[in-house]
Amino acid sequence: MRVTYVDNNATTAVAPEVFEAMKPFLTTRYGNPSSMHAFGGEVHHDIEEARQNIANLLGVSDLSEIIFTSCGTESDNTAIMSTLRSNPDKRHIITTKVEHPAILSLCRYLETAGYRVTYLNVDGEGLIDINELRSAIDHDTALVSVMYANNETGVIFPIEEIAEIARVHNVVFHTDAVQAVGKIPFKLTEIPVDLLSLSGHKLHAPKGVGALYVRRGTKFSPFLIGGHQEGGRRGGTENVASVVGLGKACALAQAHIIEENSRVKILRDKLEKEILQKIPHTRVNGNREKRLPNTTNISFEFIEGEAILLMLDEKGIAASSGSACTSGSLTPSHVLRGMGVPFTYLQGSIRFSLSRYNTEEDIGYIMEHLPPVIKRLREISPYGK
Amino acid sequence: MWDYSEKVKELFKNPRNVGEIENPEAVGEVGSIICGDALKLTLRVDKKTDTISDAKFKTFGCASAIASSSALTEMIKGMTIEQAAKITNQDIAQYLGGLPEEKMHCSVMGMEALEVAIANYRGRAIKKEMVGEEKIICKCFSVTDKKIVRAIKENNLRSVEEVTNYTKAGGGCGKCKPEIEKLLKEFWEKESTKPVPKKIVQKQTLTNLQKISLIQETIEREIRPSLKADGGDIELVDIDHNKVYVRFLGTCLGCPATGITLKALVESKLKEFVNDSIIVEEMKN
Repeated sequence: MRVTYVDNNATTAVAPEVFEAMKPFLTTRYGNPSSMHAFGGEVHHDIEEARQNIANLLGVSDLSEIIFTSCGTESDNTAIMSTLRSNPDKRHIITTKVEHPAILSLCRYLETAGYRVTYLNVDGEGLIDINELRSAIDHDTALVSVMYANNETGVIFPIEEIAEIARVHNVVFHTDAVQAVGKIPFKLTEIPVDLLSLSGHKLHAPKGVGALYVRRGTKFSPFLIGGHQEGGRRGGTENVASVVGLGKACALAQAHIIEENSRVKILRDKLEKEILQKIPHTRVNGNREKRLPNTTNISFEFIEGEAILLMLDEKGIAASSGSACTSGSLTPSHVLRGMGVPFTYLQGSIRFSLSRYNTEEDIGYIMEHLPPVIKRLREISPYGK
Repeated sequence: MWDYSEKVKELFKNPRNVGEIENPEAVGEVGSIICGDALKLTLRVDKKTDTISDAKFKTFGCASAIASSSALTEMIKGMTIEQAAKITNQDIAQYLGGLPEEKMHCSVMGMEALEVAIANYRGRAIKKEMVGEEKIICKCFSVTDKKIVRAIKENNLRSVEEVTNYTKAGGGCGKCKPEIEKLLKEFWEKESTKPVPKKIVQKQTLTNLQKISLIQETIEREIRPSLKADGGDIELVDIDHNKVYVRFLGTCLGCPATGITLKALVESKLKEFVNDSIIVEEMKN
């Protein structure tokens, strides 16, 4: 069966060009970039080229500001732990209630280790109150960490404004930009972000590679302690093929960023509009303006998300849900709960996240199969109309 | 990924008995949209025979909740109220070819809806039977101590995680986990000090039929599992007064130690649980 893949905030297809770029490093060019001989040493240039591509996409001029990591989670963990180790006299962290577990779980762990964490609230549209952030900062605050865009709703946070507030208060600012990089354009030369995390597999590179941007002058303490790789800031032999793949993916993302914000956005808007028009008792979760161009999070009232996903899966449609049964726990998504989504809608959320590989045809196929699925489940539900 | 049996998938995709019976003899409603799953069960009961002639359901919830509800309605159709009252959540799970551990609460919801419906048929509200010293332990999902202890007992639960899988208690904010831990500890401590029921039967005067079934039961429970662990097995061939004839199977065949096994395991267990005069003899082909 043909798969209609609309779960790109979970992971993306490796772009064919990325795969081609990686191949030599998995076959003939297997040298270690740290070696003295040319066979290995030359690989070093390919890593630096990849670094250049990332720097270009992020609008960074100094290549030493980019560190390769193994994933978004490692980048996030490195950013937080490095900041805390570098500022041992400060024991307060500010973040939001809607962060990815890579941040939230670490913050909860740090609370058990004696750190104080402020979790900023979000409003019904998924946005934070800047004044709440301002008043949360105190003399003990080591770090503010706010995601660039939310993975579940696609809501984009005012990173420029937050970064500026942190800068004024002389507090380190980190942003988990895993969902934003490659989907919306920004330049780090213009935003005073100190640390920024990104992940390869969210932008058509393979899984198992990420990067951390560390602004020059930011105190740094390595998370993985080992060899001299990455200037001693991240030990471990480079995952060369994936690093090269990430570089290629960033170059492609830069080339396609206009398409992402035009053609992909139009497809997303079309899907969203048709769902809202054709299926009653539905709502979009999150602010619809300040939002990634590829994401829509829609709740279907009176039914449960896992059941919807399973029925869509039967038709080869791959999406995701924030319902309790799909979150690996018994409570629905912390993001939707944080936003105060009404309880009749809370369990029935479906996230559709598109990529440049989606087509008009995909939207048509989803609209052919989604309405009967919703209708059927509402017939089974005791709350259904 | 979906970790569901074929039966769960089938009953989810093509659920039987969806709907509501008009003017039903019994209604059972449990759960709520806030808790994440809810089930409304309606029954048609023949009042002369107390037989359930039709059952329908409406369920809000995930695939396994829908499949559990559908399974329940299929199971109880044609049963008398008395028969239906004996159905446990394990029976529902078994009918479905098993449920993932973290979805066991779906089968518990089915059993509860049936209990409420039966109480409704019998003309009393189940809530009345349950008031007393009941206390809400899990505030997120409104789960009482009574429900938790019952799930521990009926499903032989040993950890907080298992209790969460079966009752949802502790699956929200998690603040009640220490209390669940306490309930588990209390229950199992009480269990371990209880006199072992099997000993009570011991050495009473038994009728012949009672003796035969006790011998069979003892072989099943006390003897076969340890033989099977080594790839062997045993079968009961005949009983003549206090003489029990057995035959070894599997790896026990030709094993030089069967003589010892016969006396040290088989005979001593039967002496312990049935009566002191039992003598066991091996039948050989």
